[in-house]
Amino acid sequence: MRTGRFPARKARILAVRYLGAGIVTLLFLFPVYWLFMISFKTPDEIYHVPPLWIPGEIQFSNYYVLFRDGDVLAILNSLIVAGVSSGIAIVLGTLCAYSLARFGTGGENLAMWIISQRMIPPIAVVFPIFLIYVYFGLVDGYFGLILLYTAFNLPYVIWMMRGYIVDVPLELEESALVDGLNRWEVIWKVVFPMVRPGLMATSVFTFVFAWNDFLFALVLTRTEVITFPVMLTHYFGGQSNFWAKIAAMSVLGTLPIFIAVSVMQRYLVRGISLGAVKG
Amino acid sequence: MTASVNLNAAEHRPSRFGRMLEDRLPYLIVAPAILILLLVGLFPLIYSLVVSFQRITMTESDTSFAGLLNYAELFRDTRLWASLGHTAIITAISLPLELLVGFLMAQLFIDRMPGRQIFVALLVLPTVISPIVAGATWRLMFDVRFGPIGQILSFFAGEPVRILWTVNPAYVYPAIIICEVWQWSPFMFLLLLAALSNVDQSQLEAAEIDGASYLRVLRAIVLPAIAPVIAVACLIRGLDLVRIFDIIWALTEGGPGSTTETISLYTYVQGFSQFETSYTAAISFLVIALLTLITTLVLKRMELAR
Repeated sequence: MRTGRFPARKARILAVRYLGAGIVTLLFLFPVYWLFMISFKTPDEIYHVPPLWIPGEIQFSNYYVLFRDGDVLAILNSLIVAGVSSGIAIVLGTLCAYSLARFGTGGENLAMWIISQRMIPPIAVVFPIFLIYVYFGLVDGYFGLILLYTAFNLPYVIWMMRGYIVDVPLELEESALVDGLNRWEVIWKVVFPMVRPGLMATSVFTFVFAWNDFLFALVLTRTEVITFPVMLTHYFGGQSNFWAKIAAMSVLGTLPIFIAVSVMQRYLVRGISLGAVKG
Repeated sequence: MTASVNLNAAEHRPSRFGRMLEDRLPYLIVAPAILILLLVGLFPLIYSLVVSFQRITMTESDTSFAGLLNYAELFRDTRLWASLGHTAIITAISLPLELLVGFLMAQLFIDRMPGRQIFVALLVLPTVISPIVAGATWRLMFDVRFGPIGQILSFFAGEPVRILWTVNPAYVYPAIIICEVWQWSPFMFLLLLAALSNVDQSQLEAAEIDGASYLRVLRAIVLPAIAPVIAVACLIRGLDLVRIFDIIWALTEGGPGSTTETISLYTYVQGFSQFETSYTAAISFLVIALLTLITTLVLKRMELAR
């Protein structure tokens, strides 16, 4: 945008922008740094006044405790629940999206109804769902949470995948049909390879949504299938070294998301904006 | 892809069952998803609607018709209206702040520079971590004795600053809003950065040649171009803010007292600690009605803007 006439001026502007970028990044990442550092501190260092900016030595005992006490099972539960529900939502949602995109099934009304399902606040449905789950004995089990997260993610998958499928040139599918492929083969061999990047990105986001859910998990888990965010809140309330656990658990629970999102950087914008901005 | 293509179409004769499957395919592949949505989305709502007209509480399972009793109760419930007020305050302050901070960040990174992708990748972290982790992190940050915020403030003030962020009613809202803005400004930043890079460059160059001021370019070219994205971003974030739960749960649990109890927390308390089953259902419908109203109004405005 700006066209500096002299290299010196250009360099100055660039320096100022790096400075600004550095300050902003520092501001936004400092809390993450703090959490990360606490996870490596000894209790003495954590409760040191004034606070210590860096731990004396990197030690892993806070993580060791999580493994020893079996708290990491919460992470495993989250992986299972978020992973399976994302998988199901992706398969069913993509098929549904194909039908909406290519056959116009249900017209705009169905599409709007589906996206409106995502606008319903969780708090408004969690209570009746809880009552129904109690009745059917689904509380505190994998199936209940997986069903819920699948339903929760379906509108998102359908909406995103509809956008990606509409972008696939219709001629490709038509020529494949003329060549004698049936619809299933067209979906599997023509459409699927074309939308695979979008599919991967959508999967990452459904995984993240299920992973981050707290309210449903809080209400629908007890002791058996506690997920990672619920486990985290169990530490609030005063055991002597609860901060060490909070920090270590947070780091462990953020790692999978961090990896998944880093890999999917390219699709971030479209993923979080419900496709409203094609990133 | 083409390896298994059957070039001789005449040879391809699907069975009757196969043909039926293909004819009904559009409906067949929509059905499972819709069934699940009806089962987990619509059915609880209908069930809840029925319950909201009954008199079920923790102690009684009185399923007799209560008419609008529970809904009438809503109007007398001062704690409910207070919680709506808290929600409105948090939303009304956080949303514009997130938008502003996100916009400024986007302005900073709009021009390409080496290493930009790395900055963007790092800055996205607050937005993707669990809100409950965000709340926990800031609980650590704000701690009056062991948290770094106090020390930083003391450094700048030149004297010890001790603020009970999550206990003192005067500071608890700033604490929540700081955490909110920290977590979601990067979300706004990402969307606005994408929108800003799509602004027509030739218009910007023309404006520069004409010597238009920055503010004038912003008002006449940039803002109109990114207005739809701003609207979508505000809608997504607005709906999220109205149902804010996790961050507050981790940061204050609605306290001190019930000064930061939002509508989601209040509904939770009514349903899961007071077990006012029917009344909770009525509150749920109030929330849905309010959200539907907001969404409709925003969508209307968006259509007008187009």
